[in-house]
Order: sequence, then structure tokens, then C-alpha cells
Amino acid sequence: MQPLDGEKLRNELRLWLESNWDPNASLIEWRSKLAESGWGMPTWPSQWFGKDLSLVLNPIVDEEFARINAVTVARSGIRLLAAATILEHGDDSQKSRYLRRILTGEDTWCQLFSEPGSGSDLAGAITRADFDGSQWIINGQKVWTTSAHHADYGLLLARTDWEAPKHDGLSYFVIDMRQPGVNVHPLKQMNGHASFNQVFFTDAVVAPEDQVDRIGNGWKVAMTTLMHERRSADALRSVYRDRDLEGRIYDEERDETATVMEPYKWYPQRAGRVDLVFERAIETGKIDDPVVRQAIAELMIKARTAEWTARRARAAQQQGRPQGPEGSLGKLAASHVARQASKVHTMISGSDSMLGDEDGPLAGLIAEILISVPATSIAGGTDEIQRNIIAERVLGMPKEPRMDTGPFRDVMKNPGPAAP
Amino acid sequence: MQFTFNEEQDQLRATAQKFLADKSPTVEVRRLMETHQGYDPIVWAQLSSELGFTATHIPETYGGLGLSYAELGILFEEMGRTLLCAPFLATALGATAIMNVATESEKSELLPDIATGTRIATLAVFESSGKWGTDSIELTAKNNRLNGTKRYVLDGHIANFIIVVARTTTRNETDTIGFFLVNGDAPGLKRRVVNTIDSTRKLTQLEFVDVAARRLGGNDDQSAKLAETLDLAAIGLANEMVGGAQHLVDETVNYAAERIQFGRAIGSFQAIKHKCADMLLDVEMAKSAAYYAATAAASSDPELPVLANLAKAAASEAYMRIAAECIQIHGGIGFTWDNDTHLWFKRAKSSEVFFGDPSYHKEQLVTRWQH
Repeated sequence: MQPLDGEKLRNELRLWLESNWDPNASLIEWRSKLAESGWGMPTWPSQWFGKDLSLVLNPIVDEEFARINAVTVARSGIRLLAAATILEHGDDSQKSRYLRRILTGEDTWCQLFSEPGSGSDLAGAITRADFDGSQWIINGQKVWTTSAHHADYGLLLARTDWEAPKHDGLSYFVIDMRQPGVNVHPLKQMNGHASFNQVFFTDAVVAPEDQVDRIGNGWKVAMTTLMHERRSADALRSVYRDRDLEGRIYDEERDETATVMEPYKWYPQRAGRVDLVFERAIETGKIDDPVVRQAIAELMIKARTAEWTARRARAAQQQGRPQGPEGSLGKLAASHVARQASKVHTMISGSDSMLGDEDGPLAGLIAEILISVPATSIAGGTDEIQRNIIAERVLGMPKEPRMDTGPFRDVMKNPGPAAP
Repeated sequence: MQFTFNEEQDQLRATAQKFLADKSPTVEVRRLMETHQGYDPIVWAQLSSELGFTATHIPETYGGLGLSYAELGILFEEMGRTLLCAPFLATALGATAIMNVATESEKSELLPDIATGTRIATLAVFESSGKWGTDSIELTAKNNRLNGTKRYVLDGHIANFIIVVARTTTRNETDTIGFFLVNGDAPGLKRRVVNTIDSTRKLTQLEFVDVAARRLGGNDDQSAKLAETLDLAAIGLANEMVGGAQHLVDETVNYAAERIQFGRAIGSFQAIKHKCADMLLDVEMAKSAAYYAATAAASSDPELPVLANLAKAAASEAYMRIAAECIQIHGGIGFTWDNDTHLWFKRAKSSEVFFGDPSYHKEQLVTRWQH
């Protein structure tokens, strides 16, 4: 857009990297430099570890880091969602307490929103926060919490007012995960992995200074977090790096990546592994079956149109054009791709589709696809919720009559801890 | 690859939308579909000589605007949205065939009149085998005389230039495929408008009995050119189809907001909402494929053949599903003649099979991928 500014920025960053980048530094040492200089998160405000850089110019920064394989600030997991939320809604003391250690990777964060009784209906949360005169006392249960077992802090959505309408009775806190009132248990999934946790709160405490934004405004704050969740999917992909790079900092980063990515190792299978289809069809000879060929073509059509639709959305965004409906369709499209891929893999593997682990095709990989795909249309918002959102927000269709207005105390809910 | 439209393209779309909203309201579509001719010559003259739509993808040297297939795709889409009754697809494909095969001097002779709309063109490929591929040509050309029958010819009854694909027998007795130019009023040519389910678009059967023709582009085998032309035809039709599909999505959403049952707008029921969300997903995915293919055609992308199959299959299935759901959501009224939905439903159904149905294109897609 502004080539002159872009070139100036590139030169400035190059000079800085030349005199500061050291593959033999420690991860924390290097990331501290990034945080202090503002080059770690240049789009952040300059008083908070950034450089006020416009989003349009940010790709130049990414390019320069990638060019010399320089390690970036910690970006994985929930930490950037936490940072974005604190930047937007937190007070100065919270910003100075948390942001820096988020960027250096010293602190790990988790998100405590979903509950056994409120999945799609996140605002129906019944985990409670009661003020005892000096601090907040937390009781209840959260679920589907990635990284809770090694998290230092959690982003907690809890109910502080039972008389207010559903969305108005929620508040947002930062909770110290390393305290006796917080218990974390792994949650085993139907595919045998345990990527998530259940978190139980029994008189856990939150100091008043860890209340984010005002009481009753928790839903709005949570929306900020969720908005950034969508964007962080891209960042995750960039974590992997060439294995051959030598230097202390790369060793440390590889360890970090291994830990962070462990819960996600079955995610490619969850998405259907479209990449394997052609090769498998040729290997098994099923490529000659006209029915299989039709199914494969259907899969390729779904996969490629989904990719192009995402690129249309991104292109509109990059040009600063209003995003069309294509932007909200990605998740639904991904579900269709995954389901079709699962169907095609079954056709290709035939009777061996019944077999798993070392007895199954590709040493159990195909089995893992078949038993992981059902998660695609649920995680991060079910297909049904996606359709509601598309219908109401994109197509502007009339809203469903509500059954959950009035004081939250009187709204029908799943069994859980009783209101006081 | 470009994933958004540029300002000029947006402007072209806006011009087309304004023109078509004015000239092709449903009442006009209903009037013209009952006529034998099937189009309004005054509207045709306006869209060609005034707006230059027929000149879009024809190079400037031959009197065209020198734009690309991407711009043509925009026009197809907008015409599909309003079901414009006009020989536009026919003429654009006729021009495409000439551009693909003809010599410089032939192009200089033929294309300027097509660009100005003074000559209507069409492409005659398919025959009674009902096959859509390049292997279906039985009509023969011997000493530049054509004998045989062409079917499913767009607007053949009004075309001035008919580009006929024929099997030729050369001196060494090997069959080759050639493109021939036949005048619409050539002696020995019998043209009949056939009965179709979609009367907004006229299809004809052409019988050739010893009809004089001119071979275009020399005597070499033109099978590859035919395949290319058919790919471009499929891409053009796919773009037309997503326009019609989008119109039906809009109509359905509007109707669901207005229609009251059980004391509420039917659009507030999730059963209806979810169908509409799926319709939007369908049309946007199909658009992505149609746009991508049209852009690829503009840049002579080597992947073009596969993209043509992909776009046509995606658009066919999306349009048809959407048309069926549109009627379903309208309920009883959607099945009446007075309600306009059936006009688009019929266009969807006939376009679904025209230039190859989804299973044909899926099969070809896998075949081409394998090679």
C-alpha cells in the first residue's frame, strides 16, 4: 500500500535483527529483547511492547523474521487470546503484570469458558464467583480446557449475578491455576486421546485486582477472546520450523513446540486427511472403481472450493473491503470436507476400515481419521450453531423466539450447583 | 491468482445489473419465453452495440473490448441471475470457438460483426449419442459439404454464424475433427426449435443435407481445440448458473421472512434457517469454483481443464439443490405456474445436464487428475 514506509520498516528491522539476533541465545533472553524493542508484537501499542504498526505492514515483519529463521515471541495456545483480551479490557496494572511473560512464553494460559451444562450456549455458564469482602470465591466446573494441566493462568467466565438476565450476570477474571482450589483432570475422547481437561473449582480464589473489566460485563469481554480465537488458527500453523536448524534457541523452541502441539497431533486426522486420498486409491486399486471415482471427485470439489472460499474472504480483508458471506462459511465447509473424506477413506480401505492400530491401514492412521472426524462438526461451535449464525447474521433471518430471558435464576438449565 | 474483483470489474457488474433489472424483469422473461424467436432484438441491440457486452472477450484488433473470460463470467452470472432471454451464451461461445481455431484473416472477417451484435453466432457440437465429450462427433465433412444432425444447439434458429464441429476424412483416410462455418440460411440446412423444459433458452436441432461449409483454421486435427472450447463453455455456463442460484437464495430468504405460519415468520424456525444457511454455503462454494475457473481461463492456466470440470460439477449440484429447496421452502405456492421459482428451477435442471452432468464432469475430473 505504502511502499516507501514498507521499505523503511524493512530496513530498520533488518538492521535491528542483524545486531540482535543470536541463534545461541536462550529463548527467554531473546524474547525479552523482542518484547522490549517492540519487534515481537509490532502491531501492539508502543507503551505495551509494540510499535503501533498498522496490520497492513505486519506481513513485512513476518517475512523478515522468516527470512533469517529468527524465532518469534511465544504465539501458541491461548496466550495470545489472553493478551488480546487484556490489551482491550484490562487495566494498566494487569497489562504490566501479564503481557510481558505471555510474550516470553514464561507463562502458559488456558481458557475457562465451556461447562458441562453450557456448550453451544456459552452464556448459560453456572460456575459462580462470590465476593466474600476481600476476594472472589470460585465454585463450579469447566470442560474442554486445552493445556489446563500445565497452565499458569486461566481466563475465567463466571456468574456473579443470578438475578440479572443471562448475559448480564457474567464477569471475567484471570485465575491463578496453581492453587489448591483448582483441580485438573484429563478428559478421554472417543478416539482415545485426551487433548482436553475438566477443571473443578472448590472455593478457589481470585484477587479483586484480577477482575477484568467491570462486573456484569464478562460476556462482552469473552466475545473479544472468541473473536481472536478465530484468528489464532493461522498462527498455530506457523509454529513448525525446519528441523535442521542448529542453535540453543531452536532446541528450546522445539521442546516448547512439542509440548504445545501434543494435544493437537490428531487434528489433521480430524480434518479428514484429504492429502492421502489419491495415493491410497491408487495403491489399493480402488481408483478404477467408478463409484469411488465419483466420491473422490466430490471430495476434491469440496476441499478445493472450501480453500478458494477462504482465500476470497482473506483477499477481501487484505484489501480492506467489507467481507462477504464467504467469511463465515469456512467452518461449515470444513465439516463437509471432513465427512466426505471419512466416507472416501472408508470406501478405499474397504473391510480393513474396521481395523485399528498396527492391524489397520497405515498403522492405524485411517482408523484414527474415521473415529476423529465427528469432532470437526462440534468443536469450536457445532454445525447447527454455525447455521444459526449464518442465517441470522449473514442472511438477516428473523430470530428464534427466546426462552431464556428474565432473571437467570428462573431460566431452565441443566442440573448443576443450585443457586443460593 | 486473483481472489477479488477489481474496480473495473465491479463497475461492469453494476452496469449489467442495472441494465438487466430494467430490461429483463420476470414479466419480460415470461413474455419472451412464449415466443418462437426467444429474444427481444431491441434489447439485444442495446446490450451489444450500446453496452458492448458481445465485444467483451474479443480482442481489440477484431473490434472487441479486449477484456478477458473473467469479465465475460461476470456478464454470464448477471444474465443467469435475471434469466435474460437472449442469444448471449450462444454468441459468446461461437466467438470463443472462432478465437480458438480461426486464422487471423478469418477472425478479422468474422469477429467484428459478432462484437457489434449484428451477427448472432452459435456453436453446434453435440449429436444424438447425447455424449458431451470430444468423441461424440459423427457429422461428416467431405469436400467442405456437411451431412448429419446436430442437437442441443443454442439459438440455432436465429444464428447467422453456426460453428459446426465435424469429422473430416482427409486424403490419407484418417479421421480428424474440424471446425466449420455455416451460414444460418445455408441451403440444405433445416433448423427446428425443439421442445424443452426450460423455455427461457431456445435449443434447436439442425439437420445438414449436403450443406456448403467453410473450414476454419486450416486442415489440421482440431480435437484439442474442441476440448478447450468445451472447457470454456462449461466454465461460462457455471458462472451463469451461480447467478441464478444466488437469485434463488435471495428469494428464499425474503419469502421466509414474510411468510407467517404458527404465529411467526417461517424464517425464524431453525428447520428453515438451516436450509437457508446450507443454500448460502452451496452458492458461495460454487461461486468460488466458477470465479476461480473464469480467472484461470483469463490467464491460460494449465490447470484449466480440471477447473472446468470442477466448476461445472459444483455449480450444477449447487444450483439444482438450491432450486429444489427454494420450491420446498415456498411450499404449495412454489409449485404453481404463477410463482416465478419454476422458471429458475427449469433453467437449473437443463443447465445441470447441458455440457455434461455432474457425474460426467466428476469422472473427467479424476481422469484428468490421473494424467
